[in-house]
Amino acid sequence: MWDVEIRGMASAHAIVASSIFLATVIPAVFLENFSVYGSHMVWLYSVAGSVAVVNIAVFWLLGISPPTKKNTLSFKINRLFRSCLYFLLSCLFYHTVVVLYGAPLLETALDTFSLAVLLSTFTTLRCLCILGPNIQAWIRVFSRDGALSVWDTSLQITTGCSLVGAWLGAFPIPLDWDRPWQVWPVSCTLGATAGFLTGLLVAPVWIHWHRKLLTYKLK
Amino acid sequence: MFIMRLSSSVFALLCLMCEVLCIALFLRGFFPVPVKSSVSSKSKVSDLPPEPLTGSGTNASESPGPVFRRVVILLVDALREDFVFGSDGLRFMPYTRQVVERGSSHSFIAKARAPTVTMPRIKALTTGSIPGFIDVVMNLNSPALLEDNLIWQAKNAGKRIIFYGDDTWVRLFPKHFMEQDGTTSFFVSDYTEVDNNVTRHLDDTLKRDDWDILILHYLGLDHIGHISGPHSSLIGPKLTEMDDIVKKIHAALISKESEGTLPNLLVLCGDHGMTETGSHGGSSDPEINTPLVLISPAFRRKGGFEVPGVLEQVDLAPTLALGQGLPISKNSVGRLIPAVFEDLSLRDRLRFLQLNGHQLSCLLEDNNPSFHKEDGYELFRVAEKSHGSWMKLYMDGNTSEVLGNMGKKVLKQYLEALKAMSSALSKQLGKYDMYSMIMGMILVLILLLLAMPEALSREAAVDIPLAASLFSLPFYLLCLLGSALHVLICTSAGGLCYLCSLPWVLVFTLIILSSALMCALVTMAARRMPTSTKTPTKGSGWTLSELDVVLLVGTVGHTLSLSSSSFIEEEHQTWFFLLNTLCLAVFQDVCRKYFREQEEGGEEESFSSFSPAVELGMSAGSEKWLALATPLLTLTCCRLLRSLNHTGVQWAHLPDFGHWLNSADHKMFLSLLAALSLALIFLLIQRHCSLVSKIALSLGLLGVYSYRAAVGNVLFPWQHSSRAVSKLEVERWDGEFLTGERREESAMTRPRRADAAFSGSQRRLNLLFAEASAEVTEKNYRCLEGVSFCQSGGTVEARFVYVFVLGILFTGVKDLLRAQLTSSGGDGGRLKSRGLWEVYSGVVLLVALLFRAHNLPTLACCLLIQTVMAQFIWKRLHYDAAQTTIMHYWFGQAFFYFQGNSNNIGTVDISVGFVGLESYVEAPAVILTALSTYAGPLLWAFHLLCYLTSQRHRAVMGLGHGSYCFALLRSIPAVFYVVLVTGLRYHLFIWSVFSPKLLYEAMHTLITTAVCLCFTFMDQDRSGRL
Ligand SMILES: [Zn+2]
Ligand SMILES: [Zn+2]
Repeated sequence: MWDVEIRGMASAHAIVASSIFLATVIPAVFLENFSVYGSHMVWLYSVAGSVAVVNIAVFWLLGISPPTKKNTLSFKINRLFRSCLYFLLSCLFYHTVVVLYGAPLLETALDTFSLAVLLSTFTTLRCLCILGPNIQAWIRVFSRDGALSVWDTSLQITTGCSLVGAWLGAFPIPLDWDRPWQVWPVSCTLGATAGFLTGLLVAPVWIHWHRKLLTYKLK
Repeated sequence: MFIMRLSSSVFALLCLMCEVLCIALFLRGFFPVPVKSSVSSKSKVSDLPPEPLTGSGTNASESPGPVFRRVVILLVDALREDFVFGSDGLRFMPYTRQVVERGSSHSFIAKARAPTVTMPRIKALTTGSIPGFIDVVMNLNSPALLEDNLIWQAKNAGKRIIFYGDDTWVRLFPKHFMEQDGTTSFFVSDYTEVDNNVTRHLDDTLKRDDWDILILHYLGLDHIGHISGPHSSLIGPKLTEMDDIVKKIHAALISKESEGTLPNLLVLCGDHGMTETGSHGGSSDPEINTPLVLISPAFRRKGGFEVPGVLEQVDLAPTLALGQGLPISKNSVGRLIPAVFEDLSLRDRLRFLQLNGHQLSCLLEDNNPSFHKEDGYELFRVAEKSHGSWMKLYMDGNTSEVLGNMGKKVLKQYLEALKAMSSALSKQLGKYDMYSMIMGMILVLILLLLAMPEALSREAAVDIPLAASLFSLPFYLLCLLGSALHVLICTSAGGLCYLCSLPWVLVFTLIILSSALMCALVTMAARRMPTSTKTPTKGSGWTLSELDVVLLVGTVGHTLSLSSSSFIEEEHQTWFFLLNTLCLAVFQDVCRKYFREQEEGGEEESFSSFSPAVELGMSAGSEKWLALATPLLTLTCCRLLRSLNHTGVQWAHLPDFGHWLNSADHKMFLSLLAALSLALIFLLIQRHCSLVSKIALSLGLLGVYSYRAAVGNVLFPWQHSSRAVSKLEVERWDGEFLTGERREESAMTRPRRADAAFSGSQRRLNLLFAEASAEVTEKNYRCLEGVSFCQSGGTVEARFVYVFVLGILFTGVKDLLRAQLTSSGGDGGRLKSRGLWEVYSGVVLLVALLFRAHNLPTLACCLLIQTVMAQFIWKRLHYDAAQTTIMHYWFGQAFFYFQGNSNNIGTVDISVGFVGLESYVEAPAVILTALSTYAGPLLWAFHLLCYLTSQRHRAVMGLGHGSYCFALLRSIPAVFYVVLVTGLRYHLFIWSVFSPKLLYEAMHTLITTAVCLCFTFMDQDRSGRL
């Protein structure tokens, strides 16, 4: 039972991770002078888009999404609408936080917002996929000892890793090496992506390692 | 039995004091002492050594006569070597190039030393000495050059000197010039007027005959460099203009030349170069390589372009001195340029070399106790001896070839001796006193490592086992080892160390004291060890909260970040970043507290209550929302303050809100903002004060506003702006013209900090020099653009505020003393708390007076954050003393940078030292400057003190523990930095980036010690009462 779940999660994570690689490689084949630094925004949205699509598809197929009481069309549309709204709100939230951290208010607003979109894709979108647009469930998962399933734990880990990655990504900016990746927000998006990949890798391993300690309350 | 029992705060204080002493020792070793005989004594003609002669002749010690009649020094600021000798010179300076290639001239590349800033370079050119880093810092406020220098010597010998150009000279040499016209370098964007001001005198002066030395200092080229760099289209015309001036002067000098008189000399030189972006200050090649062209009919004609030889900039001073028949200035480390005297008789040349050698050897004797061992010194003695025997032959009338050959040999010997002595002296400048440095470093490190376990334990008192350590074997062994080491080092190192120059008794007392300290600390640490290994087993369930992780990672991360020069320059970014993370962590804590609690109460409704109705309803709900809003408010405040003052290097040039406010057009906004901030400050601070203090505070804050209005920063509502605009601001150097200059700079590529020492704020530093001395000497007569500076400058208003500050402080201290006298109880406690708050509000009022008008919002935000955080976060969330202390420390650090400071000496605002004073008075000026610079950390530390004292119903330990944490927080980066700097002492940026930071760290540690003294005082009378 446990091993099956972990294996399922590991494969899902592998698919998501490979989608990031594909999103980096495929545009390079089709687009001329595409590079991660040079045409950073293209890369960013290609990664964000592919991660979003793959995440939604995977969780749809696996049926991880929480069971819904009602199954009417209007309820589904309502759900979809609320998910979109939450996603947008989370983008705005991240944007605000990044500006508070010192990003220029106006000059690079688009870049900052793109970073916010990427972070939302890595964190909020997964929450929406796994938990649905249910803030209470989110709060439960992200408070201490609140995880109820393997997926909750994986969500905690990937979200934490993405955010820490983006946080660490800001550190090289003041260095005077004059590298292309020191330009705002390249290092942060790279950091977030690296953190997300690390999270995807670490989550199954960590859960496997600690499976004795993890005692989820059965729903 | 001999166990000393100290409260932990006293112990922390003692440790911190030892640390300050160790750091002082380290600094003494780190900053090389300038090579100097003495500051004020000057060389005299009568001191010159006699010409070595076997028989004592009648006029043996007579100075040799001058070689040149008139000297014109044409100093072009920031003239880079390739502007003359490179392709630019070929294109834009045809006349100079022709003279260099075919005329009777000598050309050299003169190497300037860092800091390549105008004022130290002028000093080097005139004194021949190399001003060290510490010189630059120490001389911030002494305008006149007191050292022995060429200009003084010339004036003393009755030479008539005329000066036109940068008024730095006028301040350095007051009353030295027969005629002078100084131009200010304030308006950087002006590059034509500054030079026209010099050139307009030229024709007239060149016609006249009543002068001996003419000094011209052209600033335009430097200004063009700052505006648009060395490759701009403005450079060419400017160089051509300079070329025309060379031509004009040269023609005039030639026309004046006549048979029977001595030849004239024209010197074309630069004070420093410029980098590829046009700034200067560091030690990269384009900055230090300046051209030196000497033109005189006395020289042989050149056959073609030769690659110019390389020499030191300081070599010009002795050459000019001897060329004018003047004694070489005492502290000169330069050696004369042999080519200049090539065509003189052998006897004169030898004599000049002997004089130069004698002066260098005297300097060596004064500065190096083991001068006998120096190669150069011995070489010089040998050369002098052979000079003597040559003289004997010469006087005997021997004119054979033997004499010539022998003379050449003596000449060679002299030159070698000069070279060796000069390099020995220069080397001494760059030499570290490793003994002092390592002793300071080791002591400070051991102190931190051994005292740390005590800090981590939360006991109220510390037992120092004096007896156990004083009567132990290790103590005696340590003493013995220390003494042996000292003797060994001092006998072998040649006594260049500071410690070796101390009297023996003092040194041995120090050794005994430090050994005792070490032994006591080791004993204490050893005693702590078993318990510290025991505690984890007991508290294995002890987990770190997210906040603890942030605090820990932040402290460690910041300490480690000091090892990178970029992170030091941009340290404010680190702190802002950490502070933001801290606020988010606190926010998460608040959310958890309030939402978890609710969740336990009622599961479902926790999120249906997003409506603001709750806020208006019961107090519990409103408290929750206020608590939730607090970190967000803090974050917003920090973000706004961040755009107020841009500091650092990389982004400092971007236009910031502070400059916008300071520009003349926005005076209305500034006035409004300042008034609002002052009102907010009053509202926030008056709650805790007695009625009398409240009144005094309000009057004082009004006084602050009227002071700012008097100085011309802000407007009274009834005042018309046009009048105030015409007044000159005290803070001119940071005013609008600088904004303009900075904007222009930012239009280019962003200033590369790579190898520019003071690069980013170099102009600021330049102006700082200018400002410092301007205030002192010229406050009363300086006129700039027809605007009189002769105004009261708000002295009366400032003094008015000082009276209230003293009054409030006095009330506060009185309350504190009364609290101490009354017996324990609620009343005494309340009195004490109020007394502290009154002292605090007195300090706030003083800081409000010292802060610039545009910085008043910083102060208001500081108080606002303190109030709301204390009200809703620290009390409600039950953070312990350590967590609160760390947060206060972080906020203090961040506010240090919010108010516009950086790790560069240039951003120290020394105009603060003149608030309320009519002239420069050292002690108050230094104290006021330090207070205003460290206002942020100080205010937060005082707030911590007030807060912890008011929290007396909670852990009694709070204050002592807080003080300990505070000391530890300061010690960790300071000690790490000392160790780091020792390791990086040969780093490229050691003087530009690491040294200023070291001074800041030392100063900060000193201030923290003072704060800990207050902590201990407050803690002491409590423990006394208990
Ligand atoms: Zn200069
Ligand atoms: Zn300059």
